[in-house]
Amino acid sequence: MNLLNLFTRRSSAPVARERLQVLLAHERSVIGNSDLVAVLREEILAVIAKHVPVERDKVRVKMDRGESMSLLEVDIELPEIPAGTKAAKVA
Amino acid sequence: MAKVLVVTSGKGGVGKTTSTAALGAALASQGKSVVVVDFDVGLRNLDLVMGAERRVVYDLINVVQGDAKLAQALIRDKRCDTLHLLPASQTRDKDNLTAEGVARVMDELREKFDWVICDSPAGIERGATLAMRHADAAIVVTNPEVSSVRDSDRIIGLLDSKTLKAEAGERMEKHLLLTRYDPIRAERGDMLKVDDVLEILSIPLLGIIPESQDVLRASNLGSPVTLCEPGSTPARAYFDAARRLEGAILPVVVPSEKKGFLGKLFGRRAA
Repeated sequence: MNLLNLFTRRSSAPVARERLQVLLAHERSVIGNSDLVAVLREEILAVIAKHVPVERDKVRVKMDRGESMSLLEVDIELPEIPAGTKAAKVA
Repeated sequence: MAKVLVVTSGKGGVGKTTSTAALGAALASQGKSVVVVDFDVGLRNLDLVMGAERRVVYDLINVVQGDAKLAQALIRDKRCDTLHLLPASQTRDKDNLTAEGVARVMDELREKFDWVICDSPAGIERGATLAMRHADAAIVVTNPEVSSVRDSDRIIGLLDSKTLKAEAGERMEKHLLLTRYDPIRAERGDMLKVDDVLEILSIPLLGIIPESQDVLRASNLGSPVTLCEPGSTPARAYFDAARRLEGAILPVVVPSEKKGFLGKLFGRRAA
């Protein structure tokens, strides 16, 4: 490394700062969302269970984060109801 | 009323154990009764940093499992008689640390001491989550370095979701302790500055501990830096941090070694 390089070398701290800001913004949203999905799932389960008996594994909640649009998918499979009505599938 | 602190970071080697010992000794030397608790089961080091490694008879797991009474496991510091250590087990598995057992020990410690300071293991596994579980406040130890800042961010997320306080819907009190800070390199743009780290993590600053030979010297000697070199730059920074924990409003300054002109000149060249 010559003397000129020593003077023109770009300082590294601003690079570190920028990389961290980008990375953490992403990680916070991912981790935040996984919690959101779990919370939604529990609350949806509680609401359904008030009216219809439903098994825990028959409620699926999924979140897809897109660039311009995010999709929340809720899939609930209701049990067979004996009074002739068909089992409903809500998507 | 006792206050329970957890000293945590996510990343290893950033200064959790050093800071636990230094802050514990600083609070104790102000007359408060203090216990420092090592949660790093299997890799204990707080005993070594405190110079009590040859005095360990019973440990946290013995007390958790009811094999020893709390009073039998507590080690009183020889230099400062209001400072106590509850060591971790070196040989037992961390699975022996049960949630109920830890809760019982923490209740007992709250009754006996003014300050209970829990030294968390690195990582985000069981030992780390149990160490933070009962805390009233957290000290997040961070180095001005990308991997440490990232891991601190993760730990802040856990403090806000996995602690008893967070689960009860209360706000978890969090403080940033920036360690191994080198103001000359930060000024030159080769190290994240205090403001960079504060902006990214957005929790209040408890103190800035400079990178210093005195810290290594203190751990070599088995004495918290606040007891062995109380006048040194890092010790003064820890004393200020301890006073802030007690509620004092002190401006946080970037600590610098007192150097003569030649020292400054060569210090810069060598850095």
